This record gives sequence, C-alpha cells and structure tokens, in this order.
Amino acid sequence: MQVPILKQGLFLIATIQSALSDADLMQLRDAIVEQVGKRRSRGVIIDVTALDVMDSFATRTLRDISQMIRLRGAETVIVGIQPEVALALVQLGLNLADVDTALDLEEGLAFLGQKIKSFGHRAPNAGREMGTRER
Amino acid sequence: MSDEHQRSGRKLDSAEPSIEKTAKVVKESRILIQSDLDIVEARQQGRMMASQLGFTSSELTLVATAISELARNIVAYASRGEIALKLVNHSEKQGIVVVASDEGPGIRDVSLALQDGYSTSRSLGMGLPGVRRLMDEFEIETTLGQGTKVTVKKWTNG
Amino acid sequence: MAKLAEPPARTPQPLEPTAELLRELVAHLRQNRTQLREEWARRITEAKLLTAMSKDEIFAEATAVYDNYVEALESGTFEALQAYARNLSERIIPRGVETHEVIGIVLLLRDVLARSLFAKYQTDFALLNRILDAYEPAANRIANTVAVGFVQERERVIREQQEAIRILSTPVLQVRERLLILPIIGVIDPQRARQLTEQLLRGIRANRAKVVVIDITGVPVMDATVANHLVQTVEAARLLGATVIITGLSPEIAQTLVTIGVDLGKMNTVGDLQGGIEEAERALGYKIVLMSEAGTPPPSPA
Repeated sequence: MQVPILKQGLFLIATIQSALSDADLMQLRDAIVEQVGKRRSRGVIIDVTALDVMDSFATRTLRDISQMIRLRGAETVIVGIQPEVALALVQLGLNLADVDTALDLEEGLAFLGQKIKSFGHRAPNAGREMGTRER
Repeated sequence: MSDEHQRSGRKLDSAEPSIEKTAKVVKESRILIQSDLDIVEARQQGRMMASQLGFTSSELTLVATAISELARNIVAYASRGEIALKLVNHSEKQGIVVVASDEGPGIRDVSLALQDGYSTSRSLGMGLPGVRRLMDEFEIETTLGQGTKVTVKKWTNG
Repeated sequence: MAKLAEPPARTPQPLEPTAELLRELVAHLRQNRTQLREEWARRITEAKLLTAMSKDEIFAEATAVYDNYVEALESGTFEALQAYARNLSERIIPRGVETHEVIGIVLLLRDVLARSLFAKYQTDFALLNRILDAYEPAANRIANTVAVGFVQERERVIREQQEAIRILSTPVLQVRERLLILPIIGVIDPQRARQLTEQLLRGIRANRAKVVVIDITGVPVMDATVANHLVQTVEAARLLGATVIITGLSPEIAQTLVTIGVDLGKMNTVGDLQGGIEEAERALGYKIVLMSEAGTPPPSPA
C-alpha cells in the first residue's frame, strides 16, 4: 500500500490512509527519506489521523524516520494523533519524547515554518511559499 | 482450507456467529499469527468483537493496541503462534479475553520481562508491562524451549 | 386431544412424572387464559400497582407477560422470558415504574395462578400437592428472572445517569482562543480521572487548543494511581500538540508526584490559576509574536 507523499513548498506531507503493515511502514520510511533528499525539503509532516492504533513498531518507525530526516538537515512533525490513540500510547509507556507533534496539518505547517526560521535557515521567499497551497 | 499462502494468518476457525440463539454476535475467534499482516488482522478482529459489548471507544483502542503488541511478540520471538479471542457475556460481567500463545523459545526471566524499562534487542523489550497496564487482568505462562501463553482480559464498566 | 407420548421422567415419581403434570398445568392455564388474565389485571389495579400506566396498557402488558410466563413453564427454558423482561423494563423504567411494582405484579400472577389450581384440584388433595410440586419451582424461577431483569436494567440506567452527571460536573472551559482550562474539584478516583483525560483530549481537538491549564487547587489529595493519570494526561496532551500547565499543586500532591518518580522540574507548574492563565497567555502571545516577527503573517485558516 503506497502512502502518498505530497510536496508543499519546502515541506513534504505524507498522509497515512489506513492500517499499515510493518512492511508498508518501512517502505514509507525509505520513501520519505529518499524524497527529502530528492526534493531538498526542509521538513516532513506525517499525518496519522487515520491510524486507529499506534503500537510499538509504528512508534519506533516514526522515531526512526524523524532521526533519519534530521540527518538530512530536515525536521519532522507528526500530526493527527487521535485522542484515544494518544491515551493508549502513553499507557503503553511508549516514548515519543524526541519527536515533535502537532494537532493537525495546519498546526504542523505552522510549527515547521517557525522551527526553520528559528534555526536561521531562511530560504528566500520562505514566508510566501508557506502562504501558497500548491497541490 | 488454507494450505500454502505466502501470507498466512487466515483465521483457524472462521468466526461463525450465533452461538447465542437471539443476536448474531461473534463470540469467539482464532487468528493464526505468522507475519506482520496477521498483527493487523488480529487487532481489527479484536476491536470488532469487543465493540459488540459496552466498551467505550477509548477502551476499544486499548484492546486493539494490546492485541497488536501481543501478536507482535509472537512474530518477533516465536515466528508463529495464535491469538484466540473470546467474549464473556454474563449478566454479572462482560468483557473480552485474549490469549496469545506460541511454541517459541519461551521467556528466560519472566520477572525481568515484566519490569518496566527492561530492554532486550528491541528498544522496549517485549512491552509486557505496557500490555499489562492497558488491560484489567494479565497472566503469563512460559516454558523454556516450549512456548509462551499470555492471557489478558478487559471488562466493561471497569 | 392427541395422545401424548410418554416423556422421559426427570425425577422418579411414584405416580405421574413431573413433565406430564406440568403439561396438564400448562393446558389448564391456556384454557383459562382469558379469565385468569383479567383476574390478574384486576388485582394489579386493586393493589394500586403500575399507576404510571393506563388500564389498556396494563392489560396489553399483562397479556404479554402471561403468555411468556406460560411459555416458560411449558418449555422449561427462560431465554425468551429474559429477553422479554429486559425489553419490558426498558419500556417501563422511563415511565417511572419502580422495582416493588414489578416484583409485586409478578408475585400477584403467581398467586392468581396458584389459586386457580387450588380451585381446580380441591377434590384431590394429593394431586393438588403434586401439581404444586411441579408448579412452584418453575413459578419461582420465573418471578426471579423477571425481577432480576428489571433490577439490572434499572442499575444500567442509573449508571448511565451518573456518567452524564459526572461529565457535566467537570466542564472543560474555553476562555481564550486556543486556551483551555480544566478546573478539577474534589477527590478523583481512577475512573473519574480516566474520564477527565478523555474529555480533555477531545476538548483539545475540538477547540484546537495549544495550551491547557489544569487547576487542581480544589483537589485535596491524590493517590499514586491518579497522579499517574495526571502525568499521562500531560503526555497525551503533548501528543496532540498542546502544552499543559498545572496550577494549584499542593505540597502534599507534589510529594506524591515525586514519590512516583515524576521530575517536577520537567512539569510545567504555576502557583495558582490566575498565574497559570497569565503564563498560558504569555506562551500563546509569545508564539504569535515570533511568527509575525518573520515579517509574514501566518496563512489564514481556510
């Protein structure tokens, strides 16, 4: 099952659509890492709104993605974690402490935009690019 | 029946409904666990069955997550096993019983595995303490060289 | 009437087997259905039971109960009766029918039927005794089934009502945009803690809150389990992109948190609610300033 990865300005948006098998998750990881390199993206948003369960493997993979992306000079933010999934995660004792999260796509974009500026990596026209919504 | 399918994990006993005379309720189900695809199947089946009782949707997610972890352990440590799901529907209590069993190597030191923060090659060990937190009851039997059986239960209304 | 085949005797009887007695009994109840049912409805009204229902309604329900009753006697199985009892309870509880009324009418039916048996077999005392031997255990089981069914349904309704009250009594307030306040008052048990967390997380999502102030000034004491829930709430809120500020933390509760291994330094705590709100506004204001500092306004929500 392919997860679509869209480019929006400096960022990539990967929207997970339904339950992913382990193999799919690993495929996603590789695809994102590759795309970040190819498109020279500064950030990745992974939208997990459709995930009804996030277990230890999903959590680990998201952390791996975040670390691997960082090695390529980009930031990751996970958005759309459902309230119940969040509850299960913390009760399970899983650790997403080193991964940034935001409520939804809009917040995720705002977050990434801010984070990049605070690093001083200001690409020209970054602000204006954020304002457009290319599809 | 299912002979060789590259992906395994088809249900052993198809979940035949209507053990109850009145409603069409799926009360029992067994899922063969052999690959990561079976993990998803097991937890979706668990969610579906539990939803037939009075669980809140948060509780359903806890059940599905626990099943996912247990199935994952089977794949990781024993390569092959089974998740058996059973509904309990008495007048005094309702709930779901999940039995994860395998014929894998067994767990050498159970008390260690049940300790929070214990890790093996996986960063979170077997996640058993977490599974115990998600469910209401937790039991484990294991014999080195023979296999492991984890039984967890969740009841409605706490 | 067709000759009945000899049934397997359930218990050894000197004369007729119980099954055959029951059959005779059931036949009698069916034959006299009309007048027995009327007698029963009359006695219900006399005893001033089911006053919440009209005469027609009582009669209709009486008919259904009577038929289910005889059915249960005949078949010896009680599932259909159980299902009917639950169904009946669901309908009459909102009408205000009480437990003593339900038990009362079932016992009245038992009496009415027993009396009619006395009348029929009064000339043969020995036979009357055997009939009653067959009748009584079944009749008692029926009374029990119906009463228990009603009580359970009532308990379920009460539980639901309590849930609703609990939820209403702890509102999650939105006072500023993107800021939620959750004032908690009273002792929290683990179940209430769970509910609060779920409510809060849903509130964060619905209001798109970025900061939550949880005020526990009104919480006198907290055990380790509930303290754990609080910590989990903070972590779960973060996964939804919200920061949590805890206000009103008493020294005792702070101690509990430390005991369960919480690093208070990592937790965002402020003395009182007012201070917490100010801190939250600062946090929100600060973020807004930072964004417009970049020289470009953030994109307006679609």
